[in-house]
Amino acid sequence: LRKNVEDFTGPRERSDLGFVTFDITADILNGKNGFPTFLNKNALIIFDWNVKQLFLYLSAEYSTKNNALNQVVLWDKIMLRGDNPRLSLKDMKSKYFFFDDGNGLKGNRNITLTLSWNVVPNAGILPLVTGSGRVSVPFPDTYETTKSY
Amino acid sequence: LEAAAAAAMLSLDFLDDVRRMNKRQLYYQVLNFGMIVSSALMIWKGLMVVTGSESPIVVVLSGSMEPAFHRGDLLFLTNRIEDPIRVGEIVVFRIEGREIPIVHRVLKIHEKQNGDIKFLTKGDNNAVDDRGLYKRGQHWLEKKDVVGRARGFVPYIGIVTILMNDYPKFKYAVLFLLGLFVLVHRE
Repeated sequence: LRKNVEDFTGPRERSDLGFVTFDITADILNGKNGFPTFLNKNALIIFDWNVKQLFLYLSAEYSTKNNALNQVVLWDKIMLRGDNPRLSLKDMKSKYFFFDDGNGLKGNRNITLTLSWNVVPNAGILPLVTGSGRVSVPFPDTYETTKSY
Repeated sequence: LEAAAAAAMLSLDFLDDVRRMNKRQLYYQVLNFGMIVSSALMIWKGLMVVTGSESPIVVVLSGSMEPAFHRGDLLFLTNRIEDPIRVGEIVVFRIEGREIPIVHRVLKIHEKQNGDIKFLTKGDNNAVDDRGLYKRGQHWLEKKDVVGRARGFVPYIGIVTILMNDYPKFKYAVLFLLGLFVLVHRE
């Protein structure tokens, strides 16, 4: 389901860079149980007349020696009302570089990936909702120096 | 010809009204005006206290968050310390030394045990993150740069503010008319 390769480079100081590939299956509209990687149980009618779009994002959350809490957005997508609400993405590469602030990815056993979204109404409140399904991903203890991405 | 004469009479009536207001009434009107301005300021300050933000209502100035927000949309912010900054939130921040507030989304956060947090932002409609916008040598934003988090919004209404900024004559005209109306209005 996911592949991790680590590379010890960074544009600023030398920090850990993680690579993750992932599959996302989500049924945002109906909340039916699809193939598990991420599933959403709560959205009976999430796209109503006052919803202009959903801003979806996949974030990785983990903790390191340097920082008690880190959150990094790996991928995002705008889903307009009227777009197909079922997502079935396979073998996706992260859109943004997964840099840590320091070297906290090496050997980090617990990186939690969560799918969340921001509901953007035509007018009104802007809530952030977290999907009900998360995956925990461990990173290996060694670095890879091949640039096979 | 008769219509023109009638219009001239009406305008004279109006001026007569003004002349007939004696000094006391004029002072009364001025005080009334002052009260309205004070109430408006109090409401604004009250909003600042309740939301914890120095600027609880802002207008979106650029298209960098389209299609969610467009230029002219009005955002309602809160900046409560108890609400931690998390990815995905829409924050309004100022870069040190610059006046213009920027409305973008949080992309990465690194928070220490004691609550110190540094974070990176990016506009939905931009291809790259905001590092290019920050001060030279600055790689992260901190809590002190934040004006507030966007909790709600209303579209289009802020266009008036943008118009008033871009066309100062329009602003003066609006203020002048408002002032005139309040001063002259009898009630």
